[in-house]
Amino acid sequence: MTTIDLGLPGLAGVPAADEPQKAKDYKSDQEVRWCPGCGDYVVLNAVQSFLPSLGLKRENIVFVSGIGCSSRFPYYMNTYGIHSIHGRAPAIATGLATARPDLSVWVVTGDGDALSIGGNHLIHTLRRNVNLKILLFNNRIYGLTKGQYSPTSETGKVTKSTPMGSLDYPFNPVSLALGAEATFVGRALDSDRKGLTEVLRQAAEHRGSALVEIYQNCPIFNDGAFDVLKEPGQAEQRLIPLEHGKPIRFGAEGEYGVVRSGFGALEVAKVEEVGEDALVVHDAHATDPSYAFALSRLSTQDLSHTVTGVFRSVRRETYDDLARAQVAEAREAKPTDLQSLLRGKDTWTVVG
Amino acid sequence: MSTSLDEGAAGSTPRPTRVTKLDRVVIRFAGDSGDGMQLTGDRFTSEAAAFGNDLSTMPNFPAEIRAPQGTIPGVSSFQVHFADYDILTPGDRPDVLVAMNPAALKANIADLPAGGILIVNTDEFVKRNLSKVGYDVSPLEDESLSQYQVYEVAMATLTQGALAETGLGKKDAERCKNMFALGLLSWMYHRPTEGTERFLREKFARKPEIAEANVLAFRAGWNYGETTEAFAVTYEVAPAKLNPGTYRQITGNTALAYGVVAAAEQSRLPVFLGTYPITPASDILHELSKLKHYNITTFQAEDEIAGIGAALGASYGGALGVTSTSGPGVALKSETIGLAVMTELPLVIIDVQRGGPSTGLPTKTEQADLLQALYGRNGESPVAVLAPQSPADCFAMALEAARIALTYRTPVFLLSDGAIANGSEPWLIPDVEDLPDLSVEFATEPNGADGAFLPYLRDPETLARAWAVPGTAGLQHRIGGLEKADGTGNISYDPDNHDRMVRLRQAKIDGITVPDLTVDDPSGKAKTLVLGWGSSYGPIGAACRRVRKLGHDVAQAHLRYLNPFPRNLGEVLSRYDKVVVPEMNLGQLALLLRAKYLVDAISYTKVAGLPFKAEELQGVLLDIAKGADAA
Repeated sequence: MTTIDLGLPGLAGVPAADEPQKAKDYKSDQEVRWCPGCGDYVVLNAVQSFLPSLGLKRENIVFVSGIGCSSRFPYYMNTYGIHSIHGRAPAIATGLATARPDLSVWVVTGDGDALSIGGNHLIHTLRRNVNLKILLFNNRIYGLTKGQYSPTSETGKVTKSTPMGSLDYPFNPVSLALGAEATFVGRALDSDRKGLTEVLRQAAEHRGSALVEIYQNCPIFNDGAFDVLKEPGQAEQRLIPLEHGKPIRFGAEGEYGVVRSGFGALEVAKVEEVGEDALVVHDAHATDPSYAFALSRLSTQDLSHTVTGVFRSVRRETYDDLARAQVAEAREAKPTDLQSLLRGKDTWTVVG
Repeated sequence: MSTSLDEGAAGSTPRPTRVTKLDRVVIRFAGDSGDGMQLTGDRFTSEAAAFGNDLSTMPNFPAEIRAPQGTIPGVSSFQVHFADYDILTPGDRPDVLVAMNPAALKANIADLPAGGILIVNTDEFVKRNLSKVGYDVSPLEDESLSQYQVYEVAMATLTQGALAETGLGKKDAERCKNMFALGLLSWMYHRPTEGTERFLREKFARKPEIAEANVLAFRAGWNYGETTEAFAVTYEVAPAKLNPGTYRQITGNTALAYGVVAAAEQSRLPVFLGTYPITPASDILHELSKLKHYNITTFQAEDEIAGIGAALGASYGGALGVTSTSGPGVALKSETIGLAVMTELPLVIIDVQRGGPSTGLPTKTEQADLLQALYGRNGESPVAVLAPQSPADCFAMALEAARIALTYRTPVFLLSDGAIANGSEPWLIPDVEDLPDLSVEFATEPNGADGAFLPYLRDPETLARAWAVPGTAGLQHRIGGLEKADGTGNISYDPDNHDRMVRLRQAKIDGITVPDLTVDDPSGKAKTLVLGWGSSYGPIGAACRRVRKLGHDVAQAHLRYLNPFPRNLGEVLSRYDKVVVPEMNLGQLALLLRAKYLVDAISYTKVAGLPFKAEELQGVLLDIAKGADAA
């Protein structure tokens, strides 16, 4: 059976496993060395538990990472992996994915790696739509360098490098990805195993670049950064889960919803005030990224609202498919003849 | 006259002119950046090649695409040296200067020796253009050019006249004046013309009226020479007596691209070129983009770093990763080169050197990246470094770079430079049957105890590690930039392991097999050795010939392998009393030779953005040779 038979276009060309797999098949023999309580453990477990459901040959899966705490991820996966250099994982993965259509390529990166030093590669990978799955672990802090502010830290953050408070205005990674017209953008919480797995599944099925932002707790340098999204009584008021084709509604009793507002913008409203019919029905497949962008703006840095789930999932041809098609087309159109290439058009012969 | 000349001058009545035979000629075409001088020079070169001359060329153009018209910074020139014997350089000075405007005259006249031929397009010598470059009086009207044979030709007017009936606008017609100049020079030097006419028709295939206008202008220039009485003499340079075989003309960048194609064929691996446009390396990308049918993927990345990153990613996947750039790009790629050293993956890094530091002189040549290639990274980060010595040599050296990268799983630097990249020369076309086999064996089976796979287990001979590509069942492993435990490749902070791995990586590079250095010492009595590397091969060789003609013994050797050096280099150096090292930098090779072989190398350096002149090196060598002879 091939992965096409499985109905997973994102994995077309990647050979399927002969036998069912278990999460432990994906655990490498290396000791996991993250700090106790790190959100990365949860994500690692979720990924190891989820991958068997794809039914791919393990040797055809590659994890590529940059530098940072999260970028140690490949060492713990019993697949192929390369732990590269700071910010460059999307570039390296682009070459790998283009050269090898039979691989499922995953990039593991963090907020510093992807959004600071590697910002350029991230946006260009997304606009090209290379068939890569990018897991962006966002803990809003530099962990491996021991606690400096990151491009997603809130303004005024007091850290070792900003004793008087940081001055930078933070990125909203989902808005950034949508601004680069990423074809798949999702967000999940490290603590929400079910939600995370669902976003990962959809990302894997997607053919093209998929950016999944994962809010991840750093217990050492930014502990509790996302606690308000996890506390009962708080979480329901703040989390806005998305489900394609369903009205966007949240709150403990479903008392809130999302409605249209002004020039293409969206806002949160009380359902009893606007009525159910006014609620926006989520359409992840909308071609125009403006809608998904408007959704991304509902999330605020102070987490008073945070949208989770799949913001956007649209089909667009991928760079790697197109690049391979050009090579295939050229190979079909022209036979190779190295000798005649070397000779060129104008030659002369010297007789001995 | 040959048949081809009569064909080119169809319709004209041959007028008897005196024919002078010459063994070599240097022509420099100079004009405004928009005048098409590069194309003109290129075509003249092709005509010389088709005729069977040996040749060598040197384009020289500004970094600005169109600097202000008619100004000195906007001057573009192309020098071609052609001869009836094997020559080594594009020539120090032109015998003939074609100046399309006052700026071109002013910028180049100092290089024309007394008695040289100067052909001037008088149409541009108007007050406005003259004052732009600081001529109060036209040099054509005072005595300042009296030491030259000056030919004043109203090229634009004559071209417009020739094209009057084509219906082409005045401006379009005027733009064909470079072909008029080419026609005139082709007549003067008895060049075959069919090639140029065919070329023009192909180049402008989509605009047949422009093609015909250019052909007409070309013929008008020819006929002008033939019919006007201004030119009493024409010149013949007989075909060169080169080694038997079939030749073509080739530039360094093209030869390099073909070398990469040949590497793809000979290794049976796909090639992945990850790159970012940069002068003077972009033509390698352009050329390879046209050759995708050789299983070549070209990726124009968002920056230099992504270019090499993608190339390394492709190598990790089992392709031959290649990146092409110039010095500033190498600076950006350094960290990824370090990763390639650590992960021990094949990677070819083409550095077409240009004037530095920083942006420097983008279109000018220099060879000041040697130490950057060798040492421009953090940590002990050894890589192989090769340097072609001429445009045609780029082909062989690209294949060598691929051989070393694939055999030893290492990044390999290929140091070309601006002079080689854009310069051209005849190339004895190799027989594909004779090209080396570069096939590689990927790891397919576990190589450790209990079915384990050890990615850093090395071949005892080459010290290359096992290369298992993703998709290979049972060999899943993780690599990366952190220090590796010997054998397993797992992360290791063990002090002894680090020391061992640093030395192993160095030993692998030191152990690369490269050919011995050969020395050219015709008399066998030389006490002085001239040792160069890279594009200075031509001028050094020409200078040595001149010095020998003057009765001095001098030996020449040229390094194409800079890391590792040829095994016999130390022994060669020890045979000579004096070792002279000319370089277009401040003595980088000399520094290495002194450090490694404790030899008191005499460093001669010039960093002018231009190749050495044979005359200049002749002077340097003469002074030293005289001293050595006397000793």
